[in-house]
Amino acid sequence: MQMLLTETMPGLFNYWIVIVLMMIGFYTVIAHDNLVKKIIGLNIFQTSVFIFYISMGQITGSTAPILMHGAAGQQAVYAHPLPQVLILTAIVVGLSTTALALALVVRIHEAYGSIEEDDILAADYQRGTQESQKEQERMARARAAERHASRDADDGREQDEDAPDS
Amino acid sequence: MNPLWLLALVVWPAVMSLAVAATGRWPNIRETVSVATGVALLAGVVGLIEPIAAGERPSLTLFEILPGLGFTFTLEPLGLIFALVASALWPLTTIYGAGYMRGNDEHAQTRFFVCFALAISAAIGIAMAGNLLTLFVFYEMMTLVTYPLVTHHGDAESRAGGRIYLGILLTTSIGLFLPAIVITWLFAGTLTFTHGGILAGTGLTALGAIALYTLFVYGIGKAAVMPFHRWLPSAMVAPTPVSALLHAVAVVKAGVFSVLKITVYIFGLDFAFKTGATEIILWTSSITIIAASVIALYCDNLKKRLAYSTVGQLSYIVLGSALATKLGAVSGSLHIVTHAFGKITLFFCAGAIYTAAHRKYISQLNGLGRSMPFTFGAFTIASLSLIGLPPMGGAWSKWYLMSGSAGVEEYALLGVLAVSTLLNIVYLLDIPARAFFLPADDDTPRGFSEAPLACVLPLCVTAAGCIALFFFAYPIISFISSALGEGA
Amino acid sequence: MIVQLFHQMPVLVVILPLMAAPLCVIAHRALPAWLIHTAVSWVVFGISFLLFVETRVAGRVVYALGGWAPPFGIELVIDRFSAIVLLLVTGMSALTSLYARASIAAELPRERAYLVYAAMLLCLCGLVGMTVTGDAFNLFVFLEVSSLASYSLIAMGPSRRALLSSFQYLIMGTVGGTFLLIGIGFLYVMTGTLNMADIAQRLQGVAHTHTVEAGLAFIVVGLSLKAALFPLHAWLPNAYTYAPSSVSVFIAATSTKVAVYALIRFVFTVFGADLAFDSLPLGDVLIVLSVAAMLSGSLAAIFQTDVKRLLAWSSVAQMGYIVLGFALATGAGLTAALTHMVNHGLIKGALFMAVGAMFWRMQACSINDIAGLGKRMPWTCAAFVVGGLSLIGFPGTAGFISKWVLLQALMVDHHWLLAAAILVSSLLAVIYIGRVVESLYFREPAEGRKVARGEAPALMLVATWTLVALNIAVGLFGAAEVDATRQAAMSLLGVGQ
Repeated sequence: MQMLLTETMPGLFNYWIVIVLMMIGFYTVIAHDNLVKKIIGLNIFQTSVFIFYISMGQITGSTAPILMHGAAGQQAVYAHPLPQVLILTAIVVGLSTTALALALVVRIHEAYGSIEEDDILAADYQRGTQESQKEQERMARARAAERHASRDADDGREQDEDAPDS
Repeated sequence: MNPLWLLALVVWPAVMSLAVAATGRWPNIRETVSVATGVALLAGVVGLIEPIAAGERPSLTLFEILPGLGFTFTLEPLGLIFALVASALWPLTTIYGAGYMRGNDEHAQTRFFVCFALAISAAIGIAMAGNLLTLFVFYEMMTLVTYPLVTHHGDAESRAGGRIYLGILLTTSIGLFLPAIVITWLFAGTLTFTHGGILAGTGLTALGAIALYTLFVYGIGKAAVMPFHRWLPSAMVAPTPVSALLHAVAVVKAGVFSVLKITVYIFGLDFAFKTGATEIILWTSSITIIAASVIALYCDNLKKRLAYSTVGQLSYIVLGSALATKLGAVSGSLHIVTHAFGKITLFFCAGAIYTAAHRKYISQLNGLGRSMPFTFGAFTIASLSLIGLPPMGGAWSKWYLMSGSAGVEEYALLGVLAVSTLLNIVYLLDIPARAFFLPADDDTPRGFSEAPLACVLPLCVTAAGCIALFFFAYPIISFISSALGEGA
Repeated sequence: MIVQLFHQMPVLVVILPLMAAPLCVIAHRALPAWLIHTAVSWVVFGISFLLFVETRVAGRVVYALGGWAPPFGIELVIDRFSAIVLLLVTGMSALTSLYARASIAAELPRERAYLVYAAMLLCLCGLVGMTVTGDAFNLFVFLEVSSLASYSLIAMGPSRRALLSSFQYLIMGTVGGTFLLIGIGFLYVMTGTLNMADIAQRLQGVAHTHTVEAGLAFIVVGLSLKAALFPLHAWLPNAYTYAPSSVSVFIAATSTKVAVYALIRFVFTVFGADLAFDSLPLGDVLIVLSVAAMLSGSLAAIFQTDVKRLLAWSSVAQMGYIVLGFALATGAGLTAALTHMVNHGLIKGALFMAVGAMFWRMQACSINDIAGLGKRMPWTCAAFVVGGLSLIGFPGTAGFISKWVLLQALMVDHHWLLAAAILVSSLLAVIYIGRVVESLYFREPAEGRKVARGEAPALMLVATWTLVALNIAVGLFGAAEVDATRQAAMSLLGVGQ
């Protein structure tokens, strides 16, 4: 029982947290309408992965991988530094993504006056249907204005055959 | 003989199409250039007869399209015959086209003549292709360059026709022809046209051979075996010179020529005969012959009737190939020649009637023969040739086809040929009979009123050709036989 | 000195665009920024060509970044496979640079043009980096560099809808990138290294653990998102439609290809075909998805009125061809995938360039707007026709070569139904290309629009027709290309190096 507990719940505590955070983040990205909330969800999602990386470099009872002077420094057990370095890079990437996303939200707000995805899609949809209606009309007009062959053109049509109006 | 000649002949019309385009502003010069190009091409092809007859097989590989698959030209007798037919009828059609297009005040005449030259270039390419891939390249090129000709008028009707034209030809070629080529390549490891075929001994089973042959023949939509024949009547929206040269000679003959060539040089007559690869096509082409003739009976539009007649006549050639015997192949290639001369004459006549009297329905032709004696005379001669009566060229091809069918003891095919000949008589001779013997309508012109000379002269020449072919068939037959070799 | 430079070539292709991007921003004007972009693109293309030649001779070129020996330092590896992709990416960038000047000047406000050039250089840097790196984490970083640059490029599109498209792409792309990061994490947990060759070696002992399998799953899903593999393609049509034309050209021709490159690299070099295709059903899954992509993409393309969107949907279908080839996991299949990767880049580049030129003229590109342009812009429209024929797979064009190789790869293993699916998809392409061509040549010009006659600017035409000429050249001299891709495929499968 004791064994099970250390091996699962507390021992893998970080990983449980990673999974929970990941799901929260992913759910937020999918479920929320508000673009800023989507970005927040995305951030949580990414953070969970950061924690995952940091956790895998962890050694039980170790210190941070920082240079220490003296005897303590000689013998210190420190966490694997490479994942931390990697995650530093990943954090930068995540940060720039967030910055870009927020900038986009600002522009979207300027253009649409809203940052609710539903509103924006509705506005676009309305315009989209109008536009496609217009295109359909133009197509129909073009078809109506199309030149037809004269009845006595030298083609392979029979007398009672109607002109194809395609 | 320098094999570069082959390349030169293929490229020549394409290059001269530029000259045609450049002289577009001066119609007389433009047509002169066109005709001169055609005559030069004909001279070039005729010059090849002697070396080929002497047994030379010039071959030229330019570069590799795919690893192991060159862009290759090779000339052999079957190809030479097709090239001869196409290049002989082209200058005539150009003269005729000039008369027709001017007589009917057509627009975009320069584009018309340019595309014509390109189509001939593709036809020569097909004739001289050294392997299936090269043939496929030119086959598709031909589909493409004839599309602007079919949609020449640019109105709704010609667009609809063009859609069917391109739709069926591309669907069959990309959907069936291309996979058939790839399968052949995987089995044989080569696509070169080889005497005796390349598929024998490759592990292709009899069932596989039947499937592959069927795939090939239906893939070659230009051969118009039913149910992929619809494009041909649709293509009749084009001006009549197009219907005459392309949809009675170059395009459709490119199709049946490909079928013939695949039968002889890819399958090999022996292999095809032994495996019974052609079994399905034998019967579908027979059905096409009968069905197309019956439909032609009910067509009142002259061009449409001729189109369905072409569908039926093409299947004679497919049938000849599908017999998979030497006699069958000889009859097929001979029919390429005789039908070309016969059908182009008929289309020339249809165009001449339209230009002179503005008639396009058969029911309106009553009594017109008296005012257009040359046209309807030529029409009669060409009809008799297609029916297969001596002394017209068509008699020989039908004779060989019948003896070929008898040779493989398929007596049902003889029945098919007999019935279709009767149908031919009904739907073809009906037309000159009306024109000569029925009383004229009130608004039929009295007295002599033929189409312009540029229209009438070519049709008289081709009609004379129909008769000449009867007397000069023997050299052609022996020439083809030499290509097919001994046996079978 | 010169020899020194030769040794530095692998890193130069990455850092030159990276350093030039801020220069563009400093230049702050459209013209100098364009000059920088063009110069750098062509230089990088030249270096790529040298690298390509070098790999043809030597097989692979290795460069240890900063002098740190792998597996500790980051390693740049250019083998025959990456050299081909590298050539495609930099070549497209070079041609787009010629094209971009007039196109961007017409579509964007003058004062923002320099930013497009800077972002395009960053995008180029990311894509090139993904191609040459031999380090898994480094690949993630470059993926994000290119993605971030493309989000901002798409957002610069003239219509306001570009903003939301870019945002949606950003969300999906970041999720995909993060999936990739998780997958790389799993690999790192199991092997303790990030160097691809090193991972591949150490994976052999632990290949059948769940962690590695999960890692593969995350990486495949993440990269499929970036490659717009069905059903993860939702971002693509909007992104291509609303981006500025020259951006559409560049991204459509390169970005998804590089994602597929990374996918192939991971599956074949890192995991090994045995694990991915024999122990796990990756092949079956990808085959089903790619067929769905081919058919649904082509069908959707038929019903579009916006020509750019039509081409975007066609891209979804074409990605299906590429993935289908590599899902076969045979030498022939991989050859087909690589060949079509290059050829589709050429085809779509040419088509998007032609449409971009029409957009330049009409300021719109619905099928009604471009009606009747055949007479006014003969060269542009002819380019579209040739590109369309290539897309259909007409003999004598690049598309035919792809189709031939792919059909051959399928038929040799008796996948008749898959071959039929490809043919059906090509025939659907006939329909949608045919619709556009009919509109170009057979319809009267759009009513109520006073449009000056005349062709697109010379540089746009030059770029477009270079691509068209390449299409034809590849179609006629395909043997050379297929030879190169076959060697690349063989080196990926570890045969006959």
